[in-house]
Amino acid sequence: MDQLLQHLVNMLVLGGTYALLGIGLTLIFGIMNVVNFTHGILYTFGAYMMFIVVHQLGLNFFVALPVAIVAGWLLGAVIEITLLRPLRGADIDTTMLVMIGAWIAMQSGALWIWGGVAKSIDNPFPDAPLVIGPVSVSWLRLFVLFAAALLIVLAYSLINLTKLGKAMRATFQDSDTAALMGVNVSLIYTSTFAIGSSLAAAAGALLGPVYVVFPQMGDLAAVKAFAIVILGGLGNITGAVIGGFILALAEELGAGYVSSGYRDAMGFLIIIMVLIFKPTGLFARAERVG
Amino acid sequence: MKQIVTLLCLAFFASVPIWLTDPYLLNALITTGIFIIGAMSLNLLLGFTGQLSLGHIAFFGIGAYVSALTSLGFDVPIYGDFHIVHVPWPPIAGFFLAIVISGFCGYLVGRLSFSVRGAYFVIVTISFAEVVRLVALNWVELTQGPLALTNIPSITIGLPGLGYLVLKTKFHNYYLVLAVAAISYFLISRLVHSHYGRAMRGLMENETLAVAVGIDVTKTLTLAAVISAGIAGAAGSLYAHYIRIIDPDVFAFISTVTMVIMVVSGGKGSLAGPVVGGVIFGLLPVFLRPIMPPEAQWITYGVVLIVILFVMPRGIVPSLAAKLGLARAGGTRRASVAVSERTAEEHA
Repeated sequence: MDQLLQHLVNMLVLGGTYALLGIGLTLIFGIMNVVNFTHGILYTFGAYMMFIVVHQLGLNFFVALPVAIVAGWLLGAVIEITLLRPLRGADIDTTMLVMIGAWIAMQSGALWIWGGVAKSIDNPFPDAPLVIGPVSVSWLRLFVLFAAALLIVLAYSLINLTKLGKAMRATFQDSDTAALMGVNVSLIYTSTFAIGSSLAAAAGALLGPVYVVFPQMGDLAAVKAFAIVILGGLGNITGAVIGGFILALAEELGAGYVSSGYRDAMGFLIIIMVLIFKPTGLFARAERVG
Repeated sequence: MKQIVTLLCLAFFASVPIWLTDPYLLNALITTGIFIIGAMSLNLLLGFTGQLSLGHIAFFGIGAYVSALTSLGFDVPIYGDFHIVHVPWPPIAGFFLAIVISGFCGYLVGRLSFSVRGAYFVIVTISFAEVVRLVALNWVELTQGPLALTNIPSITIGLPGLGYLVLKTKFHNYYLVLAVAAISYFLISRLVHSHYGRAMRGLMENETLAVAVGIDVTKTLTLAAVISAGIAGAAGSLYAHYIRIIDPDVFAFISTVTMVIMVVSGGKGSLAGPVVGGVIFGLLPVFLRPIMPPEAQWITYGVVLIVILFVMPRGIVPSLAAKLGLARAGGTRRASVAVSERTAEEHA
């Protein structure tokens, strides 16, 4: 029982960042119909930005976080404008392969610049964990949970309460009609990609200090993000949040009760199971899928 | 005309080890050849049925492990005192078993994943390959996990009246790979020009229409998946017996990407495409290695992929064929004939 409680607490911390990753990808996948293989590299990029600002520039941990998010936003905008904008109207396989090319090039770039040795990021929190009854959680992880929750709420408000969010939702439902109504669809695509990328960078910046930072860290993160998107249904933000927590729960329980070697297999198994038995995702809005 | 070109190419490839003695280059050619076989099998799915499988390396890896384990033997505890023990068989048996088991895995994956299309199909296939990799990494009793299977024997062929020939040298392996590649090429060529091949192309171009005229979609796609996986398994087996050591890295996603690059750059849906793309991208590292560090090589790889997709989205072979077809259409033939021939050439 105590062990289960501990797993549930870990699930909350992990689930928050997974939800961020999932929201970013589901926006891009849902609105732009692009299978974004650079999502993982944005996650890596966010973590390295954190490392650079804290260790190489010597600035405060709490300054580094917004810097990483803004840097992710900028990189996302650059990728969209240079690679995806010229390919508007191309089929999904072509954009997917271009994204794979960009991913290979950027990951090798990260390896070239920062080397393959894993780096850790210092944090200002006390080492001793917070202990409540049978459960212990480090202060850093607690901060990660709250920061992720804040970012999820921000993303939610952006999409549901602002004019930009309304235009994004309109583009998702029908890009032609949205364009007729005066929505600058091209700008919406760029904003969507940039926002999705900044969320991935945020997830990397938050989990980077918890684990270690290395160039390939984003590969698994990208696959997990795909699992979350499939679980939640394409373009479904609430689904992505719930999917993030479900994946985190499956991983925690899988690692705790089956074998820690199969922790990362959970995401893949979820993808396969969901697509076989319920291809529209668990929380699908029945229309507009596929 | 077409057959003559194919035979000339085959004769040229067969002559290579006679005048090329540099072992480093010959090694690069053998591994490239193995990957070209993989790329040809991927092209059967990607180019002729339109399904982008990004888990193709799973069948390659399964073939490699099946073949290696068949020829090495194993003793795996299943439950309590119950063990499954296998005594080593000759490597050539492993080669054929690799084809059968990979083909069977192709059948299973095909049955399960052809219910979804497009991006979802891609993601299911990636997931399948990753699950297989994690099993290979974690089932240490069977696969040795990250410690790798070592000392895999070379393939031995029994020649009637002449004893046994152990295919251990690069010279022998080159011809072995070339023979398997030629057989695979012939098989795929026969398949895509058959009734089934037309059904495949029909449902790639318009699935609803194909169903309406009575094409059994699942059966056709599964057939393509089985043959494709079987050929990939054969390539994996060749890899295992040539390199003679395999670890779970054989399932690396980047290897699938390499095959996809070979197919897409050469021209998907063209029989010669994967060979042309494969020779270019297989030998690119050989030329890049002296002038740049490995990371820069991979950056070049990624950039070249993007540039090809921007400049020649249909690939090298179909683009050239279209040019030649246009030149010919200017001659005495009627335009409609030239057009239908051009579409034929794209698929040839």
